[in-house]
Amino acid sequence: MIVADLSYGELTSRLAYGGLRLRTGPVVTRIQSRLSNVAQGLALHYADHAVEDAQGFADFHVCVAPPRNLRRWVKPQVYFQFDGASPFLPLPADQAFPMLEWGLNWCVSHHCHQYLIVHAACVERSGLAVLLPGSPGSGKSTLCAALASRGWRLLSDELALLDLVTRNVVPLPRPISLKNASIAAIGRFVPDAKLGPPVHDTVKGSIAHMRPPADSVRRAEERARPRWITMPRYQSGAQARLVPLSKARAFMHLADHAFNYDVHGRRGFDLLAQVVDGCDCFDFRYSTLEDAVTVFDDMVRQV
Amino acid sequence: MSSVADPVVLALRNPAALASLSLRQWEALIAQARRTNLLARIAFELDDFGSLPQVPPAPRVHLEAAKTLALAQADAVRREVAYIDGALAAAGFPVVLLKGAAYLIACLPAARGRLFSDIDILVPHGALANVEATLMLHGWHTSKTAAYDQRYYREWMHELPPLKHAKRQTLLDVHHAILPITARLKPDSTKLLAASRPLSGEPRLRVLAPVDMVLHSATHLFCNEDVGNNLRDLVDLDNLLGEFAKQESFWSRLIARAGELDLTRPLYYALRYAVRVLDTSVPPGVLRQADIGRPPSMLRTLMDALFLRTLLPGRATGRLASLARGSLYVRAHWLRMPPLLLAHHLTVKALRREPVTGNG
Repeated sequence: MIVADLSYGELTSRLAYGGLRLRTGPVVTRIQSRLSNVAQGLALHYADHAVEDAQGFADFHVCVAPPRNLRRWVKPQVYFQFDGASPFLPLPADQAFPMLEWGLNWCVSHHCHQYLIVHAACVERSGLAVLLPGSPGSGKSTLCAALASRGWRLLSDELALLDLVTRNVVPLPRPISLKNASIAAIGRFVPDAKLGPPVHDTVKGSIAHMRPPADSVRRAEERARPRWITMPRYQSGAQARLVPLSKARAFMHLADHAFNYDVHGRRGFDLLAQVVDGCDCFDFRYSTLEDAVTVFDDMVRQV
Repeated sequence: MSSVADPVVLALRNPAALASLSLRQWEALIAQARRTNLLARIAFELDDFGSLPQVPPAPRVHLEAAKTLALAQADAVRREVAYIDGALAAAGFPVVLLKGAAYLIACLPAARGRLFSDIDILVPHGALANVEATLMLHGWHTSKTAAYDQRYYREWMHELPPLKHAKRQTLLDVHHAILPITARLKPDSTKLLAASRPLSGEPRLRVLAPVDMVLHSATHLFCNEDVGNNLRDLVDLDNLLGEFAKQESFWSRLIARAGELDLTRPLYYALRYAVRVLDTSVPPGVLRQADIGRPPSMLRTLMDALFLRTLLPGRATGRLASLARGSLYVRAHWLRMPPLLLAHHLTVKALRREPVTGNG
């Protein structure tokens, strides 16, 4: 069963009572919330994701709920709760869905040490994956959204999970988080994109999420071998171009952007070294999404 | 007894019983164990029984991940202790490791799967200024900059304001006592330091004597305002008692030492709850002798209600539990400071707006 199979009433009642057991890639999360913006966000962005039955195992228990004090009504706030505790400060109530998304990222990045987790977008074509590690604002999510709408399979917008044994990327297809000017840019580039309503004044500015392609969600069990590491950077007026990057720099960049590199010690070092060895590594500047996608398509053709 | 209804307590008391859990029971256990910071500890217990490979794959992934994290933290703490030792070597006074770092460097079973947030050391009160200056030369700096915080720690507390290393971002608590200067109970730090023990293979580092280690653990658990790690702290106690009970005359020395250090009340509570919750093996005669620290029976009934709510995850949710946590917070402060100072401190804290530090 997938989320779209549930009526909106069934969805809200699961969220309000026993919880929605949502599968995202290898992770099942039990989500509870009585907030309508959370239910609407889930209905829109997770329509194609599997709903697990109540007898199975949920990895994490999360809840998005208002506080039990005046801030329930006055300048309303919401909390993200994890296993019954609140790991973050509350946010304004209209940010409930982005908060759930950040919370779900945190669940994975702070607990799933069966993987080496790199802060990177990741897409696949012909069984080969390209890792797009980038600092916030580099344009990696925008590029990822553009590629995912032009025949590339979305593996993850935010967290590249590297299997410590096979060194393959384990897909975690979830909504793509677009910020500020990217929202309109993707709106123009992908006219049929399923974009949620923008939420303003978050710590990252205005945010809107884009529903991941149904095909990427359905194929979440197909892992992919990393073949390219590409450091994207949006630069106004720049011509789209891949500039080779030394393996040592690519390694340091991945290590810097890994959430749990320190947790894995020697194993983490060996894994990253092998991943970098098997990849062509580039710096990538771009200004138009059209040109960027062309460069990536050419890159695959040359294999 | 009723507490076994909590899967995490069942796992601690009888790891063999986990073989029959359903997937949903595993789910509850993993969530509770993570919440109480005991997931890695339970993973190592299962490992010792050889039953980790039989755990269904979905929960096993979390147990293995917690083990990986705990092993990495243990390595990091060993490294950090070496840095601290190296920095203080020239200063020439003994450094006594406390709590988790002590268990780890002394190779005690209580260190297995224990997660760390900081390192605690004990130094003589007279050496504090010298220790702080030496650590600052080696990159540690004070993490609390508000004037009130500095005064709070330096005049009333048993430790310096927490130190943070500028490059490694690690936290270090430098204690000169195990309870605040202003606390009602007054364990004498010079006695603790005098009885501390060297560690084999470590020329300078020391740990508390076994009886003092137990009493410190008990004091921490029953005088601490942060109740989130209470069950983990009780597991520490259970482990320490199990290990040290092998030593001759440990129990009689423990009872005598509690009297010498003014810690008969924390020891009474420690033994009571370790036995009740974790089924810790304590000889009946010892329990009778520990009765010297027993509170009046009405107070004991109240403490049972409060502590069991913070110790047992199954009872730790809902309004009564948050009332229990709030009461223990006030109680911990009550034990730490005389009433007027406490009123002053709580007023300052209530009036001050904490800076917002972002949402991660």
